[in-house]
Amino acid sequence: MSEMDPRLTTAQLYLNGVSVSFDGFKALNNLALTVEPGEMRAIIGPNGAGKTTMMDVITGKTRPDDGDVIFEGTRDLTTLDEATIANLGIGRKFQKPTVFEMHSVEDNLILALKADRRAFANLRWSETAPEMERIESILKTIRMTATRHRLAGSLSHGQKQWLEIGMLLAQEPKLLLVDEPVAGMTDAETHQTAELLKEINREKTVIVVEHDMTFVRALGVKVTCLHEGSVLAEGSIDQVSTDERVIEVYLGR
Amino acid sequence: MIRFCKVLAALLLAIGCTFLAPSVRAQSFDEALQKFTTDSFSDTGTAIEGIAASGNPRAAEIIGALQEGRLFFHPEARKVYIRSADGRTLDAATGNAVNEPSGLKQVRLINRLRGMVQAAMGSLTLQSPNPQRRFDAAQAVFKSRDAAALPALQGALARETETRVRNALAEARAAIILHSPDAKETDKIDAISVLRERGDQEALATLSGLPAGSPPSVVKLAADARSSIEYRLAIWAAVQNAWYGLSLGSVLLLAAIGLAITFGVMGVINMAHGEMVMLGAYTTFVVQEIIRAHNPALFDYSLAIAVPLAFMVAGAVGILIERGIIRFLYGRPLETLLATWGISLILQQAVRTYFGPTNKEVGNPTWMSGAFEVGHITITYNRLWIIVFTLAVFVALLALLRFTRIGLEMRAVTQNRTMAASMGIRTSRVDALTFGLGSGIAGIAGVALSQIDNVSPNLGQGYIIDSFLVVVFGGVGNLWGTLVGAFTLGIANKFLEPFAGAVLAKIAILVFIILFMQKRPRGLFALKGRAVEA
Amino acid sequence: MARRNAPIIRTLDKGAMAFLFLVAVAAIAIPAANLLLPPSSPFHVPTYLVALFGKYVCYALLALSIDLIWGYCGILSLGHGAFFALGGYAMGMYLMRQIGTRGVYADPILPDFMVFLNWKELPVFWYGFQHFPYAMLMVLLAPGALAFVFGWFAFRSRVTGVYLSIITQAMTFALMLGFFRNNFGFGGNNGLTDFKDILGFNVQAQSTRNALFIASCIALALCFIVCRALVTSKFGKVLVAIRDAESRTRFLGYRVESYKLFVWTLSACMAGIAGALYVPQVGIINPSEFAPGNSIEAVIWVAVGGRGTLTGAVLGAILVNYAKTTFTSGFLAEYWLFLLGGLFIAVTLFLPRGIVGTASHWWRERRDRDDAVAGDAAARPAE
Repeated sequence: MSEMDPRLTTAQLYLNGVSVSFDGFKALNNLALTVEPGEMRAIIGPNGAGKTTMMDVITGKTRPDDGDVIFEGTRDLTTLDEATIANLGIGRKFQKPTVFEMHSVEDNLILALKADRRAFANLRWSETAPEMERIESILKTIRMTATRHRLAGSLSHGQKQWLEIGMLLAQEPKLLLVDEPVAGMTDAETHQTAELLKEINREKTVIVVEHDMTFVRALGVKVTCLHEGSVLAEGSIDQVSTDERVIEVYLGR
Repeated sequence: MIRFCKVLAALLLAIGCTFLAPSVRAQSFDEALQKFTTDSFSDTGTAIEGIAASGNPRAAEIIGALQEGRLFFHPEARKVYIRSADGRTLDAATGNAVNEPSGLKQVRLINRLRGMVQAAMGSLTLQSPNPQRRFDAAQAVFKSRDAAALPALQGALARETETRVRNALAEARAAIILHSPDAKETDKIDAISVLRERGDQEALATLSGLPAGSPPSVVKLAADARSSIEYRLAIWAAVQNAWYGLSLGSVLLLAAIGLAITFGVMGVINMAHGEMVMLGAYTTFVVQEIIRAHNPALFDYSLAIAVPLAFMVAGAVGILIERGIIRFLYGRPLETLLATWGISLILQQAVRTYFGPTNKEVGNPTWMSGAFEVGHITITYNRLWIIVFTLAVFVALLALLRFTRIGLEMRAVTQNRTMAASMGIRTSRVDALTFGLGSGIAGIAGVALSQIDNVSPNLGQGYIIDSFLVVVFGGVGNLWGTLVGAFTLGIANKFLEPFAGAVLAKIAILVFIILFMQKRPRGLFALKGRAVEA
Repeated sequence: MARRNAPIIRTLDKGAMAFLFLVAVAAIAIPAANLLLPPSSPFHVPTYLVALFGKYVCYALLALSIDLIWGYCGILSLGHGAFFALGGYAMGMYLMRQIGTRGVYADPILPDFMVFLNWKELPVFWYGFQHFPYAMLMVLLAPGALAFVFGWFAFRSRVTGVYLSIITQAMTFALMLGFFRNNFGFGGNNGLTDFKDILGFNVQAQSTRNALFIASCIALALCFIVCRALVTSKFGKVLVAIRDAESRTRFLGYRVESYKLFVWTLSACMAGIAGALYVPQVGIINPSEFAPGNSIEAVIWVAVGGRGTLTGAVLGAILVNYAKTTFTSGFLAEYWLFLLGGLFIAVTLFLPRGIVGTASHWWRERRDRDDAVAGDAAARPAE
């Protein structure tokens, strides 16, 4: 990868030969994954399959021992830190909802709002009218207009999930990494979330990690099943869920 | 028959000589002694030479007395007396105490004679029956390079049986020969090789500053020998530094190892850790006080008694702290830092109030006193024992962690607390025991440190920062890291000190660690994996 | 609709205005009671007390600087005494140069200790300190530069939590060892003392003492306003975000180390100002100001008052130091360390929010309960 072409691939995200090991344990093993622009991809797999580690590699939290991670065909993510990657347009929702507990719902969104992230730019800052409008609309989308001044720490688990999705929206990323968005949600909420993700997917590329097969089915997108750090099967939900090996290691029967 | 006669004659001769020799000597000794009574400088000179050459065991004492102006004579009785240092009067010839006769006169000296006395003293001590005296005399000659001592030196060399003294004598002779203008070139070359063999700072001094007009071959060889010695000395200096470094490293390890366990398992820094060390040292002091008062014979065992007691005292205080305070601060490591700092203030002030603010005297048992030499470095027993002790504690701790149930639980909690808890490990019990163990080991460290540091209420203060740097450098949750960290920092410190001084060495180490954390924020032997990130 | 106020109103809310008012009252009333009232009056404040109060105000400023980074950004510095002392030394160097020929050795250039050490000329780093503006620049620059370099390395390598705390403590410890050495050029053991003039006024004079007290109050007020402006801006929101979920903040695209470095350096400069005002009022600066214990003690002032409140830091510094003065001057002196140690434990265990923090928390709870009673059921926590 010494001479990088201006554009190596047309893919939005391109992973090839990515390996990560922790003290001898191979969390990712020669993983290859290609996500096209505008695509939504669901990632499934048993615990320890490397789903979260893959997210960590893409967002710069973990450096791979080997392999390429290319964003938009030009940027090698393995050499960048988390902040730079986030500013390139990759947003992430964590498995465990992580919001800023001591900030109000509104402030959480303001922090996430797409804007200049540099320290000095934020010393003298007042919200502009378009920004406030954007906040209003997101609050409406996630149904939290009434709770806008509540401290995020006092929200319920499901509300935190929604808030985090709202923050992801405010960030306006090109690629969204969404880790288990419906854990702890009711069926109705799960359905709403699926709809919301589809809505988002009209403009943005999305990668969803999820255990809930009903939810994955509801999304109706291409599915990748990971096992022991590499891709076990890839295809439509019907293809993957009938794959013998997937049934054996993951779905069970 | 003739043959028999010859053998017999030879035998008789030999026996005769054996018997005759002392009497001949005795005669010359007495005659020489008589010369002191004439009050003539030339006779005194003859007397000095005669006595020095007599080989009489009293010779050294007599010449010594002369040198110090304690030699007297009675002109009429023609007898010589010594006034001993404690004021008695002795017969110089026999050494028996006598009543002081009246009319004694001091044997006088002039500068010429003083020189003779000095040379005579040198060669006389070369003949002393005590090997240490002979050795010291040889060293003195080595330094003075007094050519007049050469004959005595030769004689002593011929008689000497002890290797150590023999070598010293040979070196002294070599020093004289090398600096004597009229010695043969081959002798000088031999002398250089002897000095090169000696190889210390003094040999270096002797090899430099050769007298003008030394043969070029000698000058060159001396230069070679000098550089060879300098090289060897540099190596010894490095060995010395390494030794000091090991010693410092063992102290650091002893202080840090308890901290490493508590920090590894619980993620909290116990700022009162140094005070646990201090408590251990005071336990040693109390044990020694009780032994001194009741059974002084046990003094050599005081440390053996103090070690388990210190472990229990500090360990109990540690468990008390954990149960009473730290467990309520769980998940708030910064507050724990502050609370334990408060504890350290209280413990310090409590000890200061009870024992007083001054340093306490903690003695070394006999087996920890003294030193021995290896090559050109001196190794003190207390430092050596502390290294041995530290390693023993380290091994014991490793074994505890590896082979016991509680050790297994501690390792489990270190690696993943939540997982360990859900596996049914009672983490709160593990925390308490870990804290007790870490504090107990700090107490043991205090016993060892009482042997080399001042036992005062402030004893522990100096150790907390160093210990933490060791833990950070070595990597949390890995005892081997702590070991490597402690010895690396100890040795690095001691190697920097000669160049930079103690303070700058400390600053340099600190800067080094901050830079090191750039590369490896989690230390040398870091745990990896997702669980570590919290 | 959005409840948004102009930045100036957010910065100087009711609490902040009340605080500034109190500082102003103190800055006027105490010098007035000293200068205008006759010593016989029961309200007369003796000059030594003015100096003592001035010292408290300097400590309060130090506490404020610690609160800014600990309370709002989660950086617990156990070495802020180093920045305080560096500011103090910069001021001390100016005061030393002002002594001139009035020293024991009457050397027009060299301070006494240098003559005593047989130095022939002024070290380069002492140049320029005879000029007050240059010295004041150094008051900011010396701690600021050290903090910048230290922070640049520490934050870039993501040293956080107790690691950072201990490293800061090691920093002040190393500096203490350094300043104890004579060849460092800062007076060694004895430090800098025997000051005569500041800006041409006798430092011992009653009027100068009052002026220094007022200057300290002004510095405290200005720094407080700066801190308030900072923490009520979006920058401040980012700081709190970093404090509560550092890696999440990174994933939002904020370069955490830049934020930390900025606030850390600013805080160090404020500590330096505090030190610079402290030195002429106590008349000495020596290496023991670097002692790790001092820095930790300053942290407990903040904890007592309530971190993350700014006003609490000031209150805590004054309360604890008042208690210290009371205790250590009487027969209870021996028990002061017990009390201080107990304070560390009690505050962390029983009053983690501190005095101001607990009060405002209680007030907010009550307001929320009133809101709930008023029928805003949606605002009630779900748990």
